[in-house]
Amino acid sequence: MSTPTPHAETRIHNIGYRDYDGPRLGRAYARRSLFSQSLRGAYGLGRSAKSKVLPMILFAVMCIPALVVVAVAVATKLKDLPLDYTRYAIFTQAVIGLYLASQAPQSVSRDLRFKTVPLYFSRPIERVDYVLAKYGAMAAALFILTASPLLILYIGSLLAKMDFVDQTQGFAQGLVSVALLSLLFGGIGLVLAALTPRRGFGVAAVIAALTISYGAVSTLQAIAWSTDSLDAVPWLGLFSPITLIDGVQTAFLGATSSFPAEAGPGAGQGVVYLLVVLALVAGSYAVLMRRYRKVGL
Amino acid sequence: MTVIATESLSKRFPRVTALDRLSLDIGPGVTGLVGANGAGKSTIIKILLGLSPATEGGARVLGLDVATDGPAIRERVGYMPEHDCLPPDVSATEFVVHMARMSGLPPTAARERTADTLRHVGLYEERYRPIGGYSTGMKQRVKLAQALVHDPKLVLLDEPTNGLDPVGRDEMLGLIRRVYTDFGISVLVTSHLLGELERTCDHVVVIDGGKLLRSSSTSDFTQLTTTLAVEVTDTDTHPDGTAVLREALTAAGITLHARVEDGMPGAGHVLLLEATGEQTYDLVRDTVADLGLGLVRMEQRRHHIAEVFRPGPDPAAAQPQEVRTR
Repeated sequence: MSTPTPHAETRIHNIGYRDYDGPRLGRAYARRSLFSQSLRGAYGLGRSAKSKVLPMILFAVMCIPALVVVAVAVATKLKDLPLDYTRYAIFTQAVIGLYLASQAPQSVSRDLRFKTVPLYFSRPIERVDYVLAKYGAMAAALFILTASPLLILYIGSLLAKMDFVDQTQGFAQGLVSVALLSLLFGGIGLVLAALTPRRGFGVAAVIAALTISYGAVSTLQAIAWSTDSLDAVPWLGLFSPITLIDGVQTAFLGATSSFPAEAGPGAGQGVVYLLVVLALVAGSYAVLMRRYRKVGL
Repeated sequence: MTVIATESLSKRFPRVTALDRLSLDIGPGVTGLVGANGAGKSTIIKILLGLSPATEGGARVLGLDVATDGPAIRERVGYMPEHDCLPPDVSATEFVVHMARMSGLPPTAARERTADTLRHVGLYEERYRPIGGYSTGMKQRVKLAQALVHDPKLVLLDEPTNGLDPVGRDEMLGLIRRVYTDFGISVLVTSHLLGELERTCDHVVVIDGGKLLRSSSTSDFTQLTTTLAVEVTDTDTHPDGTAVLREALTAAGITLHARVEDGMPGAGHVLLLEATGEQTYDLVRDTVADLGLGLVRMEQRRHHIAEVFRPGPDPAAAQPQEVRTR
């Protein structure tokens, strides 16, 4: 090696091969790196300019209603937000679904399609690290998407000098709700996307799973309601992801149900809701683990 | 020092036996692993990376047990798969940096090592462009770079010359040679072409049907018996140029093979002879010139794996071989 000179950086040295004797940070570091790379990738960071467009637009679409609400609340000196924290994700579920449908396939289908997965498994990380990093990153990306507007609402409510305790409680309940939503949606999205190396199929499968289940559930609920079998309404809600979240937050997080006649589940049914959500999260993880057992090397 | 050691390693699947009591002892250097498709090459690689448990027996890589030290082995070993494994929409630099971090290198070191490694495998300005636009040769270099970026002690290269044109093959083989001579990284390279490995490897292991067929240093069984194929024209003075040349070369003391395998183009007009060194080439040239014949071609015949399968004398005690027929 030469000694540094004023023009050191402009010179080309033919310095042969250099050994690496620095630190090797191992498995946990590799898992963290995969997590952060996947999370950044879910917003198009570190990818082409084109792939930033859609996630950024959807992020903006998620936040704009919150900004409008806050602007109105501050300007008109409202005593309370016109919209509950827990209702926000329910109102914007189409945006969340679109985001998941676009980003879950890019997170897992690319590695499958271009057969990059064996390269990961030829490194210190194991299957469980890969699945945890990908699942964690997808859930974290969804959490950022769904919690950011809540944060805007919360900051706005404080600026409008609304009741601090009330708002903080609502905000906290909202955060718990969207955290659960992120885990549930992330798991479902990744499982569907990981079934196929084709990105397009993954996108279609996620959109179909979310809209068809929600469409079917809300139609059946409406029918049940109009035929005076109101008891069936909360049970029907168990069959689509967004109504599951709606049920859990109605039962435990002080939310107003968006079911017909606000016939959300009570505490007993709420436990069933919660168990189903947790089972789906655990099931998604198990299916992903199974899926990657086959595609190893 | 032993880099790879296997002890009656067996791998059985419900229907097939992929490896059958394979015992190997591979030292530093470039080692070729030759076998037909389905001979068990990829199975060996999976076991050596600690990703697939052996049914019987065991293996050690760099002194670490594959059954218990998989992650530690994979930290010190690089792997280049046979198939395509590169996402087309990122640049070589971004991809290799990411893979370096997956191997446990801190961010700064990952970037530095990536720049170094890509330069060493011969990728310069194009490394900032998306991989999708690369030629097959460039893609193979990126695949090699991601296997080398964390400075492993050993790299496992699975069919690295697949899909390359002859020039690309030679460049890749030269690069593999340098991985050991210049970088000091031992190499295990698989191929189904023995001829390709004879110039690159110090040692060649031949397996077939999961069994060890032969393991010896390259010089033992290839360089002694380089086969030259010579084809000449007929002239007015020598209506059968091939026969005349055969006589003249035999008179000059060169061992000639009886005939070329059937089914080769122009089989009747090609002479196969043993080359013992530079002087054989000169002798053939001079003999052809003296006879006034036209030399159509004189080329090294690559040894095919089939030749190793043939029963023959122990190569270590090899005499120049007698006439070989099939």
